[in-house]
Amino acid sequence: MKEKIRIASGQGFWGDLIEAPVQQVTNGQVDYLVMDYLAEVTMSILQKQMNKNPKLGYARDIPDLMRRILPVCKEKDIKIITNGGGVNPRACADAVLEVAKELGIRNLKIGIVLGDNIKERIEGLISFGNDFKNMETGEPISTVKDKILSANVYFGAMPIVEALRKGADIVITGRTTDTGLTLAPMIYEFDWREEDSHLMASGTIAGHILECGAQSTGGNFLGDWQSVENMAEIGFPIAEAYPNGEFIITKHENLGGKVSFETVAEQLLYEIGDPAEYITPDCVADFTSIKLEEVGKNRVRVYGIKGKPATDFYKVSCSYESGYSASGSLTYSWPDALTKAKAADKILRTRMENLNLKFTEIRSEFVGYNSCHGPLAKQLNEEDINEIMLRIAVRSDDYKSVERFGKEIAPLILTGPPAVTGFAGGRPKPSEVVAYWPALLLKTFVTPEVQILSL
Amino acid sequence: MKIKLKDIAHARSGDKGDAANIGIIAYKQEDYKILRKHLTAAKVKKHFKGICFGEVERFELPNLRALNFLLHDTLGGGGTVSLKLDAQGKTLGAALLRMELDI
Repeated sequence: MKEKIRIASGQGFWGDLIEAPVQQVTNGQVDYLVMDYLAEVTMSILQKQMNKNPKLGYARDIPDLMRRILPVCKEKDIKIITNGGGVNPRACADAVLEVAKELGIRNLKIGIVLGDNIKERIEGLISFGNDFKNMETGEPISTVKDKILSANVYFGAMPIVEALRKGADIVITGRTTDTGLTLAPMIYEFDWREEDSHLMASGTIAGHILECGAQSTGGNFLGDWQSVENMAEIGFPIAEAYPNGEFIITKHENLGGKVSFETVAEQLLYEIGDPAEYITPDCVADFTSIKLEEVGKNRVRVYGIKGKPATDFYKVSCSYESGYSASGSLTYSWPDALTKAKAADKILRTRMENLNLKFTEIRSEFVGYNSCHGPLAKQLNEEDINEIMLRIAVRSDDYKSVERFGKEIAPLILTGPPAVTGFAGGRPKPSEVVAYWPALLLKTFVTPEVQILSL
Repeated sequence: MKIKLKDIAHARSGDKGDAANIGIIAYKQEDYKILRKHLTAAKVKKHFKGICFGEVERFELPNLRALNFLLHDTLGGGGTVSLKLDAQGKTLGAALLRMELDI
């Protein structure tokens, strides 16, 4: 058994720094590169892409990235784990194999994890008594059943572990929890037993710290953010993990960023509910048990973690069509910038009313004044305001109303308050709103399937 | 005595469906005691009047010198549906730091 392993985070979301994974594998020694690509909305986008072309449906950045990192990962024996397979892990693996062939790489094994996509099975599962009740609102799924775009269960670490045990150098999954990507190599390398909930919780919490990339190494840090060095070359986090469940959060020394009690604590608190009950498919982790200790420059030891056994359920994430939305903006300058922006807003609303346009919601925000903090924003003296951007957004089930809204913004330039600019992007187009439906499903109804593709 | 939260704590916020979560962390152990005693769910609910339309839940994490708040019915329908510029509540942590505590 290895004495320790170093797991590097390479992406916090699809669209994160493209250079980060390259930096992680070239700037120092790591054993694993883990990359989270999937947000809730991503699955529906990928599902639509696959509906149009069966060879798509995965994070298309991956083949290009692999072209850059595969040779070095092969040379240094760095394994890669990602959920960027989206709704089509096989197509993603095929594309990576193509790249590997072109690079002349031999002896490559790619593990794919399938079985999370339950879109075609929803009807059947409902008839078996699963109600897929909305976890937040308690509503039955019947209200949206016919509008479902994608439906996936979140798998945990174990299917990835199976792929690693079958010799995979790269593991590409569909909807896997972000935390499972990091926990899996620990289970595999240290022979952890699934029943040991404290260890499962330790690896899960390491995963939570890594899953948003540089958000634990000084990015988006609301503490003393100006003390974060060289943010231009910010280093993404690395978990140096030990068999007893302890780990150290650090980063490559030659890159920028900061790892401290504060930066790690902020990430630990990111998007959590009840900290004593952080539920994943692998365990229920207790964030109130976590101990943090700064043990060196940019090195934070994380230990003492406790957990409880996993529940009998998988979380299901469904996305469904929910009408259309659009937003547009115009910028008004001094003098009376805010008054002008408010007048323009009123004129626009009156015109839309006169046209009988139907909206579920119209929202106006005054960027530069209150778009972030709403009623908490400090009152400003009109004389001190240099400029205000009016941002107005609408949502409706009626496509035509949203489309017409898009045509009513630009006319304000010549038919509204003066000293206005900032309409260069053309008419705002209606975009489809994809809403999200979280539910639970008994684990016994779904079986992960692991396959190995070899070169 | 009045204390600005900004001077004793930092924060991070994000979305959980239509709820926003705000984690607030004291820089010092003694200031965590102030947060724990004075920064109640009711005060947070009042602070976010006009932004948070649901219940506010509070959780304690003494190990991180932190409190976690869940602000329900806050994000205008949640991540993908919301018309807000800050649909994910990313700036609400900073908004909480505007608060002054009377201690």
